[in-house]
Amino acid sequence: MSTEQALSAAVLRSDRFRLEREADWIRLEDIVTKMEKGKSRRLSDDDVLALPTLYRTLLSSLSIARENSLDAGLIDYLEGLALRSYFLVYGTQTSFARWLGSFFGGGWSRAVRAIQFDIWIALFVMIAGAVIGYILVAGDSDWFYALVPGNFSEVRVPGASEEALRGTLFGAQNEDGLGVFAAFLFSNNAQVAIVAFALGFAFAIPSILLLIHNMALLGAMLWVFAQRGLTTDFVGWLSIHGTTELFAILLAGAAGIHVGRSIAFPGTRSHLKAASDAGKRAALVMAGVILMLICAGLLEGFARQLIDNTAGRFGVGGGMLLLWLLYFIGFGRERRRPGA
Amino acid sequence: MSDSSAVEPWIRRSTNPKFDRILVTPEGVPLNVTVATAGARVGALLLDLVLIQLISIVIALLCRALAFFFVMGGADFFGSDGPMGFVRIVYLISNFLLLNGYFIFFELGHRSATWGKRAVGIRVASRDGSRLTAEAIIARNIVRTVELFLPLAFLSSAEASGTMSDLTAWAGFLWVLMFLLFPLFNKDRLRGGDVIAGTWVIQNVRKNLGAIVAPSVAKISVDGAPLTARYQFSDADLSVYGEYELQALENVLRSDHDDALEKVAASICQKIGWEPGSGDERIFLEAYYTALRARLERSMKFGKRRKDKFSAHE
Repeated sequence: MSTEQALSAAVLRSDRFRLEREADWIRLEDIVTKMEKGKSRRLSDDDVLALPTLYRTLLSSLSIARENSLDAGLIDYLEGLALRSYFLVYGTQTSFARWLGSFFGGGWSRAVRAIQFDIWIALFVMIAGAVIGYILVAGDSDWFYALVPGNFSEVRVPGASEEALRGTLFGAQNEDGLGVFAAFLFSNNAQVAIVAFALGFAFAIPSILLLIHNMALLGAMLWVFAQRGLTTDFVGWLSIHGTTELFAILLAGAAGIHVGRSIAFPGTRSHLKAASDAGKRAALVMAGVILMLICAGLLEGFARQLIDNTAGRFGVGGGMLLLWLLYFIGFGRERRRPGA
Repeated sequence: MSDSSAVEPWIRRSTNPKFDRILVTPEGVPLNVTVATAGARVGALLLDLVLIQLISIVIALLCRALAFFFVMGGADFFGSDGPMGFVRIVYLISNFLLLNGYFIFFELGHRSATWGKRAVGIRVASRDGSRLTAEAIIARNIVRTVELFLPLAFLSSAEASGTMSDLTAWAGFLWVLMFLLFPLFNKDRLRGGDVIAGTWVIQNVRKNLGAIVAPSVAKISVDGAPLTARYQFSDADLSVYGEYELQALENVLRSDHDDALEKVAASICQKIGWEPGSGDERIFLEAYYTALRARLERSMKFGKRRKDKFSAHE
């Protein structure tokens, strides 16, 4: 029986309604199935262009069917197909390359500027942590062993000689396997940053504690070197990658604080809405943090060992810092329309 | 998530209504969705973890094969410069990418589901019906580190150092357990990552377009009259049932088992006081179904619906 014959013969109006439209539904189902299987390249241009139209037609068919038809099987089918095509029409449609483009083209720097307030909090916490570490160890050098894990320092301990400490800062003793070292540092630091962010979920307090702890370690180390008059050299040694790495950890901590703060104080929005708004913004920052940590790993693994003097290290470290600041502060600003 | 299930007849009542939700598309059309159960989530996660483990074994084997080649070519196995260093870098980076990238990569695809999720038939979706963004996927998966990998690392390190008897260790464990069990304490089964990303995990639906329920009604018999012409039902015959019974009848007609057809035909005949014939049950049921549906759909047009045989007449 052809469609026309079936149509004229159908007794129920709701069946006629179905027969008139089912060709479109089946076409849509075919497109959806192909796309779900990842075969969207095999679709013709016509089909791709037709998807949104077919989807909206289907939604209106569904609404009509709900009001006019008692064919439960049909309504179930329409409902399922509507959901499947909704996911394709409103799915993650950006390709990775396009997403990356918008990310570097301003998405990242805008997200960083949006959490500015939290960055100031994180910066304050980090500086406080370093100061605390320094003061604690200055008061009682036993604190050093409590703050710094053992594997960190065979040589860099309180009371070590200037020669021994200088040896850890300069010299090419570690030039073997720089690449491996860099890769190790990266994956290690990246995990720390991810944890610092993810802990923000628990009202940001764990993030803050983690920042304080990490910076206290740094402060303690700084004291050891300061005792032997190596402060500048130590800071130079640290800054070549540290400006990038500490900046990244600062951003990760700030992202965590941002999420935790939004959950604790959602303002006029609901808690869930506030959390998801903040979470998406913070996720953008975090994607950038990972990239910064890759840079830091490379700088730490290669550049630090290859540039063996404090001035050069300050130059590279300062240059990187300037670069990041320029990008975050200046890049991707939307021009305000007059009156907006 | 409106509470109109009593008012809106199109809202689906599944076997476990606790997980039924409404998702409103940007066009304003509400769709029925079902939240994935905790069991399905755990199952999908275990499958994914096994897969990750397998992939990481493959990576390790590949790296070893690569190293073997280099050693055969004269490279120093213990030197971390040159080719062996390269192998180690590849190993470290690919493991990092695997752990952090697996979930993100697959959930960014068209099906918004990892292999494990696909296997159990669930997917990630945006909670408010808006577009699922890359940021949301990244956010929900970054938090996984704290929810899953941190408790695991915590357990294994506490086990190794034998500090699980410590009170502080137990306190710490309870704290990480809180993240792990978070989904069980909210009705949408959201985990921490879902809260932060504005997502939820729901069940996939896949229904086929069935045939017309009662095709014989349109068919013409040899003598030129419709097949069902000999069955004419009065208003009283059709007023005994409502939509619920109509759908039960639809299911019977769709499944098309002879026993069921016979039984249902007999009980309908008894209800409307007809003498049940035999051998022609399908045609009789199709005729009754069509007549009943036509009647109910007609009154539907005037905004009157009859839920089942117990509800008042329209």
